[in-house]
Amino acid sequence: MRYVAATTAEEASALLAAETGLAKVLGGGTDILVQMRAGMVEPALLVDIKKIPGLREIKSEAGGFRIGAGVSGAELMRHSAFATTWPGALEGFNLIGSTQVQGRATMAGNLCNASPAGDAVPGLVAAGATVRIQGPKGQRDCPIEDVPVSPGKTSLAKGEFITSIFLPAKPARTGDAYLRFIPRTEMDIAVASAGVCLTFDASGTCTAARVALGAVAPTVIVAHDAAKTLIGTKVDAAALDALQAAATALARPISDKRGTADYRRETVGVLARRAAQIAKTRAGA
Amino acid sequence: MTTDTKRNFKVVGTRPNRPDGVDKVTGRAMYGADATAPGMLWGKVLRSPHPHAEIVSIDTSEAMKLPGVQAVVTGADFGDPESLFVSDVQEHCMAKDRVYYDGHAVAAVAATSASTAAKALKLIKIVYKPLPHVTDVDAAFAHGAPVIMHHRAFEILPPGTSANATNFCEFGHGDLHEGFAKADLIVERSFRTAATHQGYIEPNACLASYSSDGRADLWCCTQGHYHVRDLCAQIMGMEAAQLRVTASEIGGGFGGKTSIYVEPVALMLSKKSGRPVKMVMSREEVFRATGPTISSSMDVKIGMTKDGRMTAGQAVIRASGGAWPSGTMEMGAQAAFACYDMPAVKTIGWNVLTNRPKESAYRAPGAPTAIFGVESVIDEMSQKLGLDPLEVRILNAADAGTLSSYGPTFNQIGLKATLEAAKNHPHYKAPLGPNQARGLSCGFWFNFGGNTSVSLAVNTDGTVNITEGNPDIGGSRASIGMMAAEELGIPFADVRTIIGDTASIGHNDTTDGSRVTFAVGLATIRAARDAIQKMCHRAAQIWDIDPDAVEWEDGAAKPSGPNAGQFPPMTIKEIAANAFRTGGPIAGHHEVNADGAGVSFGVHIADVEVDPETAHTLIKRYTVFQDAGKAVHPSYVEGQMQGGAVQGIGWALNEEYIYGADGRLQNAGFLDYRIPVASDLPMIDAVILEIPNPGHPYGVRGVGETGIVPPLAAVANAVTRAVGTRMTDLPISPPKIMAAKAAAGK
Ligand SMILES: Cc1cc2nc3c(=O)[nH]c(=O)nc-3n(C[C@H](O)[C@H](O)[C@H](O)COP(=O)(O)OP(=O)(O)OC[C@H]3O[C@@H](n4cnc5c(N)ncnc54)[C@H](O)[C@@H]3O)c2cc1C
Repeated sequence: MRYVAATTAEEASALLAAETGLAKVLGGGTDILVQMRAGMVEPALLVDIKKIPGLREIKSEAGGFRIGAGVSGAELMRHSAFATTWPGALEGFNLIGSTQVQGRATMAGNLCNASPAGDAVPGLVAAGATVRIQGPKGQRDCPIEDVPVSPGKTSLAKGEFITSIFLPAKPARTGDAYLRFIPRTEMDIAVASAGVCLTFDASGTCTAARVALGAVAPTVIVAHDAAKTLIGTKVDAAALDALQAAATALARPISDKRGTADYRRETVGVLARRAAQIAKTRAGA
Repeated sequence: MTTDTKRNFKVVGTRPNRPDGVDKVTGRAMYGADATAPGMLWGKVLRSPHPHAEIVSIDTSEAMKLPGVQAVVTGADFGDPESLFVSDVQEHCMAKDRVYYDGHAVAAVAATSASTAAKALKLIKIVYKPLPHVTDVDAAFAHGAPVIMHHRAFEILPPGTSANATNFCEFGHGDLHEGFAKADLIVERSFRTAATHQGYIEPNACLASYSSDGRADLWCCTQGHYHVRDLCAQIMGMEAAQLRVTASEIGGGFGGKTSIYVEPVALMLSKKSGRPVKMVMSREEVFRATGPTISSSMDVKIGMTKDGRMTAGQAVIRASGGAWPSGTMEMGAQAAFACYDMPAVKTIGWNVLTNRPKESAYRAPGAPTAIFGVESVIDEMSQKLGLDPLEVRILNAADAGTLSSYGPTFNQIGLKATLEAAKNHPHYKAPLGPNQARGLSCGFWFNFGGNTSVSLAVNTDGTVNITEGNPDIGGSRASIGMMAAEELGIPFADVRTIIGDTASIGHNDTTDGSRVTFAVGLATIRAARDAIQKMCHRAAQIWDIDPDAVEWEDGAAKPSGPNAGQFPPMTIKEIAANAFRTGGPIAGHHEVNADGAGVSFGVHIADVEVDPETAHTLIKRYTVFQDAGKAVHPSYVEGQMQGGAVQGIGWALNEEYIYGADGRLQNAGFLDYRIPVASDLPMIDAVILEIPNPGHPYGVRGVGETGIVPPLAAVANAVTRAVGTRMTDLPISPPKIMAAKAAAGK
């Protein structure tokens, strides 16, 4: 296996594109190194992107934030402007692993590992985040939810990798939240999860809503029909009941060692409801 | 034996730092994987992906051709040990003509690097003929189940019994029929428990070096290096004297390191290659091919009068210890009703073969699951009769003179005192919040004594070295050094205790059965008395008086009375300094098959909060009450009580071996095999009771195992009371709680 620490995004992309064997990006390595040790993947080339200038920076851009693909959970946690603006997107990311794992893990890695249960993803989807992709032919942007296509697979073409994640400017009276269910209290993988982002008008009526459901389908579900139940409401008990029922109905989970399909359906509805309540409080509505 | 309960202890009962502590927290301690030798090779095992298959052929020729590969072994390299037990152990370490579980070893390679060995494994070609498999205990019992091994029944089993049934047992006394007839209420329930793993943090590892002259050395992490020697010597066809086994520091065992896994494979690879071979199991291998406990299914029936007195109890336990016969359910059948004074009781145990790894001991093997069923039914009956569950237990508790459910009559035991302590503890009366409930359970374990050798050397400066032969898992070097210091009347700091290898002292049974502080402690006290007697002789010789006129007090010899002469006390240091002039080095030793271990009881109280919508269970408060006889080092006694409770909580809530329909283990890692993490638990309060064990000079009872027994029912009873429907199937994971609530219409 070859290991290369690329110094420019173009170089990294060229290396990935040129490799005939399996070529993998190395972010924090908290997924891929574990998978390599377990013999699950055997890359011929590992391209470390953390030395590329700018990839470990968090920048303000158009009222929002551009987060380099190499930024770790511990680094983003200490960025107070981001933390106060997008607490839901941040809490999903910060739930990952332990203090040690937080020192390495990246949002891009969580996204590109493409686990249906990735904790950083639903919060980012709810917040309307996009990714910037470097490829052999240059850069392109795409919505977060379009990156994973099935468990372990992404829509990235050969030679493409993510250089940054962009969270847009947050509208006034907007709040976001992320909740996951695990049987324990930490160091576990989501059995079901929900990210919710809500915007209210001055009268306290919900004008925009995004709901993302995790671990209940092969990829994160952008639950438009669940979000719709809240728009035009005050996100009161009746609206929350409708949200819960809609989220449960939209879930397409499997039964596996981590939980039954019935259990996941029920729980994802509860989490969506609870996350919406938190998002509402954070929006100040 | 007389127990010195009135003794004014000076060292015993204090809390000095453990002598192995600094090395362990600084990383200096040498664990199994830390042993290396010049010219060492790395060994790796190829494991079966099938739960049950015939091995049609194994072709290792390509692997042998890979540069760096020095040896390959398969089942064909091993002989047929005379003992059926050893033959089973050997077959579990390396398959012969069939594989019996997912993860069963089929071949192993030794190469100059670990990565070369891993590469070589992929070059071994094996043709399997898959056979029907069964991993569920009840399915294995059923008529028409795939038969795993024929003719392994140890008893004459009733006609129509599944061919997979191997062991059977029956215990009890009294007239059940009459007992149930006297009952106002009879409850009968079935329970299931999943296999769990000991979950020790250090994966099994060893280094084997087989010399061309037929002698061998083995370094490994184990709970019992003498047992490892006996097994490996038989498997290798060696004489015990030619195989020296040294136990490393051990990163947990909990019973799981009482057998062998890679050790004979490493020895065989070393023999074939002529080089030392090191093997370190991965976590996945540990889960697939070592440990776990039995999985079980059981029916419990209890009769009770309306004021809570049990009139009769019955339990039928069906357990599986994997693909080889296992007697663990026998201990469960004995323990099931051991806490109670039963007018009539009968317990029956069965073992059945399944395509799972060979079960290994885990803290109080057999007892937690059996007692879970009994304690759950008692809780249900208390609820139905409107009685306080603690009072019901006090009313039925076994006491001195009780004929136990498994045969012996108890002498001094601590159950009633333990229950009273629980009743009077603030925890039992503390208010509960919404969605919270409280559960409790009693627990029992036999405790063992067993064969022990201790050698105690008085050094020339008057300090003392103890050599014992039991790997220190829970702080036993501290406790043993403390008992020696106590008996000799010297400071604890003057004693250093080491674990000798198999060639250094006589035989020692394995560190299991909560035996070490009891049995090695007892042997140490007697070895100290032996040394004291010799030191008194030396003093008598110097003073020129009769040795009988010398006694030992506070670390010194002194004349026993004014008639013996007027000499100032002669300290151990003075006697030691003069040793070479008074007859030579001074040492004491003691060898014993220790009896009288003294049974142990515990009571646990668990408060849980169950999220009504997600069925997430949180342990809010937990208190352990346990009889330690005499707590030699109270911190380590508390540690045992807390550790047992935590492992039992894991067993109750989330831990389980999950097999797919394909018979393969689905959760061979700590991500999906969920042991509790620190944030899952409150501080576990530990209340030590001291009801002296008449079988030990200081009254010590083993404390290592009882603590894992009550949590299964304590937690299940609490969850049951919180959700309003009885939870009978462990682990009580959130999906199961939600399904049970839905089925009960809650
Ligand atoms: C102990 C432990 C606990 C964990 N707990 C959780 C948890 O609670 N929740 C959870 O969701 N995950 C958890 N994880 C998984 C992991 O930590 C996260 O998925 C993490 O976010 C991965 O980020 P990384 O930078 O380490 O990814 P890496 O391991 O570096 O990469 C992961 C995958 O993404 C690809 N990749 C990485 N960066 C890019 C990029 N910029 N562009 C394209 N492809 C890229 C890699 O090639 C690889 O396939 C845990 C892992 C461990 C070891």
